[in-house]
Amino acid sequence: MIEATTRYFRLHAQNLSGALGRLLRHPLGSLLTVLVIAIALALPAGMRVFLTNVGALSGSWEGAADFTVYLDDAVTEERARELASEIDARADVDQVEFISRADALEDFRAQSGFGEALDALEDNPLPHTLVVRPEQTAVDEMQALAESLDALEETAQVQLDTEWVARLRAMLELVERTVDIVSALVALAVVLVIGNTIRLEINNRSTEIEVMKLVGGSDGFIRRPFLYLGFCYGLAGALIAALLVAAALALLEAPARALAELYASVYTLMGLGWRDTVILVGGGAALGWAGAWIAAARHLRAIEPT
Amino acid sequence: MIRFEDVYKRYPNGREALGGISFALERGEMAFLTGPSGAGKSTLLKLIALIERPTRGAVIVNRRNTAGVSRRSVPGFRRRIGVVFQDHKLLHDRTVFDNVALPLVIAGFGPRETGRRVRAALDQVGLRGRERDAPITLSTGEQQRVGIARAVASRPDVVIADEPTGNLDPELSLEIMRLLERFNEVGVTLLIATHDLKLVEHLGHRTIRLVAGEIAADGLAPGGSQPHRPTTPHSTSPDRHGSRYRD
Repeated sequence: MIEATTRYFRLHAQNLSGALGRLLRHPLGSLLTVLVIAIALALPAGMRVFLTNVGALSGSWEGAADFTVYLDDAVTEERARELASEIDARADVDQVEFISRADALEDFRAQSGFGEALDALEDNPLPHTLVVRPEQTAVDEMQALAESLDALEETAQVQLDTEWVARLRAMLELVERTVDIVSALVALAVVLVIGNTIRLEINNRSTEIEVMKLVGGSDGFIRRPFLYLGFCYGLAGALIAALLVAAALALLEAPARALAELYASVYTLMGLGWRDTVILVGGGAALGWAGAWIAAARHLRAIEPT
Repeated sequence: MIRFEDVYKRYPNGREALGGISFALERGEMAFLTGPSGAGKSTLLKLIALIERPTRGAVIVNRRNTAGVSRRSVPGFRRRIGVVFQDHKLLHDRTVFDNVALPLVIAGFGPRETGRRVRAALDQVGLRGRERDAPITLSTGEQQRVGIARAVASRPDVVIADEPTGNLDPELSLEIMRLLERFNEVGVTLLIATHDLKLVEHLGHRTIRLVAGEIAADGLAPGGSQPHRPTTPHSTSPDRHGSRYRD
């Protein structure tokens, strides 16, 4: 039992080192194949990273789903504060920010640059305002909340751009679905690239395969080195793909920071992360193994001693 | 050890390579298979190594009817047969050691036992010390000896050889045949297909002559000394004095 287990692991170790050796003996050809796989895998990986970053950004855009409730001019500040507390207590509301007409005027004076013009006004024309953040951001629920707030006696106007939110969500779903399709196509392409590489390798080694079959090599014994070769191609391609994504992020980091600063914001691009890196590398290796398996199963059977 | 019982072989193109072959080769026996090109010698050896299957009849090797050997069991079956080829079929990107070790690695021997057996086999064929050489650096005769070492390294019960001296000059041919004889002397059953009738006569072992897929003669070549024991009713009667040996 121990001997059989030792033999099993020894053969696998030999096959793995043999596959690595074969890659190193043909560095240029191996590198080209690995680079093709890496670029193919980097494409969906990069798109996933883009989606992750957009998802994180959209989290900070939740404010875009906030309602701005302009109160009637006749509503006093005391009543406006009471109203803010009442709305904040609702189950379908996450939080309410009260902006008094005086604060609003000060903000406007500071940001608009029309300070002197505002001084010419006799009265503050701005109303008290409530910025309401809903608990749910589903369009139907937001619409219901908006209608409810609009029905209040103190409300002058409710401003909500639900169409913009809906468009954003639809676009994100579309991009996500596109990334899924691209990922599936790229996975198929990687399997085909590795399968074709292994097919050529099998053709180049047909004499060796024939001799192995003649001296009693089983299908599994003959197939295993090719499976490890496919595994190494996929693994190396995926590792380089992860590096390519990291390099692209490093190049985009400074422009993204500069863009965020223009919006008086701070944003750091997110990379693949450990979990996604493991999925990418493991997936690449698995695709390599699968491509090699398909090619070996199809082409090894065709080589028989004559 | 090897028994053919009324064996026919017809290829898909309609060519009948063997037509009712019956003979038996006992354990430890050595025999030559002769005949003109296209007589069916190679086909007969292929049936033994399960490279081909008979169209009709039974081929029994190591007491096992090859008809009962499934595709999955073919590798295990072949591990008990050593094969020597005219073109050696050596792997030129591997060393002499790796070539001889191949059947041992496949059979699952550990590195120590593999090394011991490879060195022993190379010692027997006179190539000890050449383990690290590439086959391409060896002479044709030496390459054939590596092929023989590979065939016997796993100590098979049966060794078959297809024109092992086909590319060699007379001296080297005799040397290779003497080498094979030495393995026969220690109990290996040998069946050798050859065109070299002078060599066959010189060595004087049992000779099965095929003509157009049928046994034309089966007996000792002049000077032969091994007894022949027919085991099937279809066997061509041997003639210890070689009277049926027509060359």
